Amino acid sequence: MRRIEAIALAAGTAEAQDALLVCNIGFPSRELFAVNDRVGNFYMLGSMGLASSIGLGLALARPGRRVIVLDGDGSVLMNLGTLATIAHRAPKNYLLAILDNCCYGSTGSQSTCTHLGTDLEKIAKGAGVAGARTVTDAEGFSRALQDDGVVVMKVEVGNADVPVIDLSPQQLLSRFVKAASMPPVNE
Amino acid sequence: MNPSTAVYRGMKRAGIDFAASVPCVNLQQLLALAGGDPAIIHVPVTREEEGVGLCAGAWMGGRRPALLMQNSGLGNCINALASLDQLFGIPLLMIISHRGSAGEPMVGQMPMGRLTAGLLDTMEIASFSPTPSEAEETVERAWCLAAKEGKPVAVLLDLEFWRGK
Repeated sequence: MRRIEAIALAAGTAEAQDALLVCNIGFPSRELFAVNDRVGNFYMLGSMGLASSIGLGLALARPGRRVIVLDGDGSVLMNLGTLATIAHRAPKNYLLAILDNCCYGSTGSQSTCTHLGTDLEKIAKGAGVAGARTVTDAEGFSRALQDDGVVVMKVEVGNADVPVIDLSPQQLLSRFVKAASMPPVNE
Repeated sequence: MNPSTAVYRGMKRAGIDFAASVPCVNLQQLLALAGGDPAIIHVPVTREEEGVGLCAGAWMGGRRPALLMQNSGLGNCINALASLDQLFGIPLLMIISHRGSAGEPMVGQMPMGRLTAGLLDTMEIASFSPTPSEAEETVERAWCLAAKEGKPVAVLLDLEFWRGK
């Protein structure tokens, strides 16, 4: 599956679940903005490695709201401690979806260690996320998107031809904070 | 007043209800106070930068966040403070134990001890260094500045402070 297709699938699911969606820096955020922009999407423009942490803080602050994080293999490798913190807190309203294309896709597709066999599912399990799993197709990813914890979704190398996000950081943040402050639809 | 109690009271006055932390020997009492407070969600993190992310997310979710750490950890979060908090305009109260100041017994603390004030200055992060008797009010004021201006603010507490001076 192409990454943009996995992102579209996750974004559609998040919309159906009224979930807040925190997205990783670089092309993933641009692809999400292109395929399904919502006020409930947070596009992380800097701070590589911290999407999972931002989402966790949000999930702990708003236990009644579902939070999905779209992260990458390179970014999670940069902040592996996040998996231990996620395991320790284990909020039921939080899912970390790692889109693993085995490379740094936004900087020229240089290989990450997952290309050499580093297994993020096993690292997550070792950190204490018992239900961590790896999926490789739309069906498996769809099922995982209904769950909490950590899922590694294997995707193809390559970025879609999408424009840069044309909203300012302040615009992106203020509309997201407003969306995050709303009570859940099913409450 | 006990220095840790003074900082904790300042956090309470500011309405801090979310704290991420990496320990320092001088933060022991404060971490116990924050960790034992049911009104504060306290998340020990593995690295200070992770705490910047957690605090940013918690603020987006309506909380008032503080990051409790040693000044060595400031070096671990510089990019996140700039390209997350300062870029988007997200407030953060940083309570920093400043090691490597006068009377420091550990040689390994000296380099960051010497550089901390300059790093904060370069990053245009406002910094306060109260005495224990000033700390309660200063901590509240530091959060108010962070919230008003949407940026990280530091309260820098050196060895003298923790000795109660």
